[in-house]
Amino acid sequence: MSTAARIAVVTGGGRGIGAATAVRLAEDGHTVAVVDRDAEACADVAARIAAAGGRALGIAADVSDHGDVTAAVARIADELGPPVILVNNAGLTRDAPIEELTEDDWDQVMATNLRSAFLVTREVRPHLDRWGRIVNISSMAALGTRNQANYCAAKAGIQGLTKALALELGPEGITVNAVAPGYIATELTATNAANLGVSIDKLQRVVAAQTPLRRVGQPEDIACTVAFLVSEGAGFITGQVIAVSGGLMPG
Amino acid sequence: MNGVLSGQTALITGGSRGIGRAVVRRLARDGAAVAFSYRTREHLADQLVAELTEAGAWACAIRVDLADPAAVRGLFAAAEERLGGLDVLVNNAGETLVASITDSTEEDFDRLMAVNVKAAFFLIQEAARRMRRGGRIVNISSTNTVLHAPGIALYAASKAALEQFTLVAARELSLRRITVNTVSPGPVDTDMLRASQPVEALDMAAAMTPLRRLGQPADVADVVAFLVGPDARWLTGQNLRAAGGLA
Repeated sequence: MSTAARIAVVTGGGRGIGAATAVRLAEDGHTVAVVDRDAEACADVAARIAAAGGRALGIAADVSDHGDVTAAVARIADELGPPVILVNNAGLTRDAPIEELTEDDWDQVMATNLRSAFLVTREVRPHLDRWGRIVNISSMAALGTRNQANYCAAKAGIQGLTKALALELGPEGITVNAVAPGYIATELTATNAANLGVSIDKLQRVVAAQTPLRRVGQPEDIACTVAFLVSEGAGFITGQVIAVSGGLMPG
Repeated sequence: MNGVLSGQTALITGGSRGIGRAVVRRLARDGAAVAFSYRTREHLADQLVAELTEAGAWACAIRVDLADPAAVRGLFAAAEERLGGLDVLVNNAGETLVASITDSTEEDFDRLMAVNVKAAFFLIQEAARRMRRGGRIVNISSTNTVLHAPGIALYAASKAALEQFTLVAARELSLRRITVNTVSPGPVDTDMLRASQPVEALDMAAAMTPLRRLGQPADVADVVAFLVGPDARWLTGQNLRAAGGLA
């Protein structure tokens, strides 16, 4: 696929799907701002990209915080140029059955998974001049999973945000899509195993057996779909939620 | 040709014009050896083969009426023989019909279902039996399965059937690591669309589309190329709507 080199922002770029996406976009020739609240993690990813001959800048910021977001996007525009590709990936889980779910669990998950996408998109919007690509990382959990009411609601919220912004920004030549990963082997999903009281190996064996393509997903499996959605070839796809799950469907 | 599909082979139905022609061109450009079917436009088919051959690709055109079930099996066998095995099948051929339920005839029903549904099903069946492990199937549907309008009952029903094949085939063929996905274009600026819709309707469709234009065949071909390429390895059973946000 043809790719013009552009400035990309990946939130939660320090690990997991975000890190794999940052690496892949850099391989495709883009300059990548790797944003993460873990300063060391985003610096590491940026250094890995640079070592491989790519261009990247690690930026420590909490994307659920308005002040941090304003400062981060201003710095990106200053040091790299106007960001025109945005991957809203930052996310976390705080799993508990509804009767044990605290307001803090709810608020933290909403802030990092959903409010962040709103804040960063609003801040990046003025830099999008008749071309832009926004990819929001949702989850198959948007369709419902146990003990994740907060996470499911936030990831379903991401899908609504995606569809609303696709309508709003389409006339400006900006596409907005969501990717909904199924089970991906990351530090985040490793906590699922702990919550279920099983080993990671056992959980991954069970998930692989239920997945039509018979393995668990890897962060790179998501990164390559994101890479397509930000490419020229995906220019007529907008407002879509694409499940990237090896065929796994919940229920 | 060198590309992500180098060493692979593809069969595309309905490749002489419109979306199919763009898909044939794109997959050939990505390095695949391509066979495509056509029904009537021999001149266009020959011209496309000549163009691709000139560019260093391997291509052949196979004339077939997909309404004939025996011919459908013959098509798969012929493509397999010419290409030495198949890695990619794109069920693109489709007929369109705008007719109210009151005016639709039994012949209309049978023709549309034969080409849009039955031919695709039996090509998927052949692929399930004979396509190489790790292969890719893409079915071209339409946003008309979710955007309804008067006159499209049979067309929408035929495409809805195709979408169901994708969902079930994804689960059956995954055992051989074959992925099966749908691409659903909205209105695409082709001869077929212009023949079935007045210009005002096309202008209105573009105005209603968030990206403010009609689709072009290449918009769809690029999405098909993604789905049959290495980057789509973790997608199966999905429907990618390349419709500028219309659906």
